[in-house]
Amino acid sequence: MPYMSGVYGNPSSVHRFGRLTRDALEQARVQVANFVDADPNQLVFTSGGTEANNLAVKGALLNQPLARLAVSPIEHACLLEPAKAMKQLGWELDLLDVDGQGRVSIEHLKSTITRQTKFVSVMAANNETGVLEDLKGLVEAAKTANSDVFFHTDACQMAGKLPISFRQLNLDLMTLSSHKLYGPQGAGALIVSRSIDLQPQILGGGQEKGLRSGTENLAAIVGFGRAAELAAETQQARKDHALALQQQLLECLVERSGVTVFSAQAERLPNTVQFSVQGIDGEALLMQLDKKGFAVSSGSACDSGRTDPSHVLMAMGVDKNIAKGAIRVSFGEQNTSEQVSGFIQALDQIRQQFI
Amino acid sequence: MSDLKLPIYFDYSATTPVDERVAEVMMHYLTVDSHFGNPASRSHAFGWSADEAIDTARGQVAALVNCDPREIVWTSGATESDNLAIKGAAHFYQKNGKHIITCKTEHKAVLDTCRQLEREGYEVTYLDPETNGLIDLNKLKAAFRDDTILVSIMHVNNEIGVIQDIEAIGELCRKNKIIFHVDAAQSAGKVDIDLDKLKVDLMSFSAHKVYGPKGIGALYVRRKPRIRIEAQMHGGGHERGMRSGTLATHQIAGMGEAFRIAKAEMHAENARFLALRNRLYNGLKDMEEVYVNGDMDHRIAGNLNISFNYVEGESLIMALKDIAVSSGSACTSASLEPSYVLRAIGRSDELAHSSLRFTIGRYTTEAEIDYTIGLVKKAVDKLRDLSPLWDMFKDGIDLNSVEWAAH
Repeated sequence: MPYMSGVYGNPSSVHRFGRLTRDALEQARVQVANFVDADPNQLVFTSGGTEANNLAVKGALLNQPLARLAVSPIEHACLLEPAKAMKQLGWELDLLDVDGQGRVSIEHLKSTITRQTKFVSVMAANNETGVLEDLKGLVEAAKTANSDVFFHTDACQMAGKLPISFRQLNLDLMTLSSHKLYGPQGAGALIVSRSIDLQPQILGGGQEKGLRSGTENLAAIVGFGRAAELAAETQQARKDHALALQQQLLECLVERSGVTVFSAQAERLPNTVQFSVQGIDGEALLMQLDKKGFAVSSGSACDSGRTDPSHVLMAMGVDKNIAKGAIRVSFGEQNTSEQVSGFIQALDQIRQQFI
Repeated sequence: MSDLKLPIYFDYSATTPVDERVAEVMMHYLTVDSHFGNPASRSHAFGWSADEAIDTARGQVAALVNCDPREIVWTSGATESDNLAIKGAAHFYQKNGKHIITCKTEHKAVLDTCRQLEREGYEVTYLDPETNGLIDLNKLKAAFRDDTILVSIMHVNNEIGVIQDIEAIGELCRKNKIIFHVDAAQSAGKVDIDLDKLKVDLMSFSAHKVYGPKGIGALYVRRKPRIRIEAQMHGGGHERGMRSGTLATHQIAGMGEAFRIAKAEMHAENARFLALRNRLYNGLKDMEEVYVNGDMDHRIAGNLNISFNYVEGESLIMALKDIAVSSGSACTSASLEPSYVLRAIGRSDELAHSSLRFTIGRYTTEAEIDYTIGLVKKAVDKLRDLSPLWDMFKDGIDLNSVEWAAH
């Protein structure tokens, strides 16, 4: 609130109002960078994860001669679409294999990356299944195959749920989103290693060292910084809390016939469970659950206007009919064990209606 | 005087504080007991109410500028809107030609985007404004070519506050089948805009110049005749594919409320700003060697941009620490050049350096104006007392004829 009405300068202004806001901006930069173990000087604030992913792909590649890039097929649309846009410009686009659990194959990555490959992107945790990718192994394999390759990870779903270190993973680019870690919507960040000559995508004004112009969304960025700081403090407690709820839900789900839990064999985020119930369409199930007071999702919120089965599940080789039934439950710190029990009861009632 | 709170804010064109009524609306959408859903989640009730809030805001923004709510595309701010409009239209219509016309006094968001398009093989004509800051329509007409696809001219200039005749420019563009983009970041909520009448195809808006939050803006994209743009940010296909990315509900709701208030209060506010601006101007205009930058008649009510000859810009800013103004001086901006806007209207480096931009807004008071008049007069007089150039001027020496010795 103070950055909406009390401290209201433009961070680019030189007078006292501007200086106060600039200080707040720089503090947030340190908070977010510390949270993912990166250098604050490497952090570019954006309007959110979508912009950061777009900037990562286009910013790192558009000033280079045509070559190859490789991405996993389970990436968020805001990574896949810019990758496809590069393909339209003449880049070769390789899609990395994932196994039936949604894990990107290191072997396939090794055989795919050539001297021509400039860019690899694999998300840290998938937004639908919650699968955790073996980033350490993937980055190592990619850089062994071609030491010049830029490795980008979309860490929007990971950050705030499990610790992640930009430095230790030897990453070149990392995307973060404020509103996935209890910060406000409207802020995100791209972390950019010094080896990359990033080409800005939004021009004019020269904010963020010229890498992202436009008056900074100060209130959101300050909130983002504070959310990152809080996440560092409460991450473990949040994780334990979510893990208990996840465990409770999983135990109930496996007892029930016709229920498929996706990526059940893989390591996953503590807060996410994606499953389908045989014979019930995902959209129908969502509507019924909503009527009973449970807000869940069929996968990515952004895709929920569509009726196609999830591209993530299709990439994993899940049968189309089963994939169409998918719903995703993701827990937050406000959820309780009673709510999970209530959810299971509601689910049982709906199953009886349908089957 | 004693109840004045220092420093006094005179930089409403840089950014405005969020109006309390706006902040209140935003809070509704921020916290857990209210409406924090993702508006693209069509399947549950949290998402529905966020969606409703966005529809309301879209209507509020559209109402201020008299367009169809479906013509409003949310962005992260006017800079992104300008980038999206210019690159988006240039890329989409490149088969029709690769020539763009703009003006040297545009915001950097327009100029830098045009520079980028030049690197991509487009040709850009940068029009010189007249010395009053306005564009001569004949010069614009003369710049039209068969391959001209886009004209981008701002409505109100951010530094000198002059209002371009976008109605006439729009007519010219439409007659020649050229797309017309207008950066209205500094005009929405300050000048009447009627997109039903204006022949404008694309228009950029900002919330934080109108007492809304930072980090949110919009681009108007005309439906009839339909204007197409190539998306610049790809992803979930939000905003009918023109701009992807999760919409920040609280910010959109805040922008809507800010535009609603602007529509309701703009005319009364403008009358008040004009009285304050004229009070400031009248307090300063009789000083020697002061020059107003930009046309005084075609100008928004809240802007006064004025240069003080024979005063060094950086010293002036230092002497005026109790007021927050912006200046055409090099030391106040990231670049080392004096204001390119003032240079483009023919001001010398010296006058550009010694310029001050006062912008008056919702919370400016008469007492603040009166205090400022005294402060500025005192500072300028003091600096001139110390200035050898001022002495020479007073002795009748034409400084332009002096040949300075190097040392």
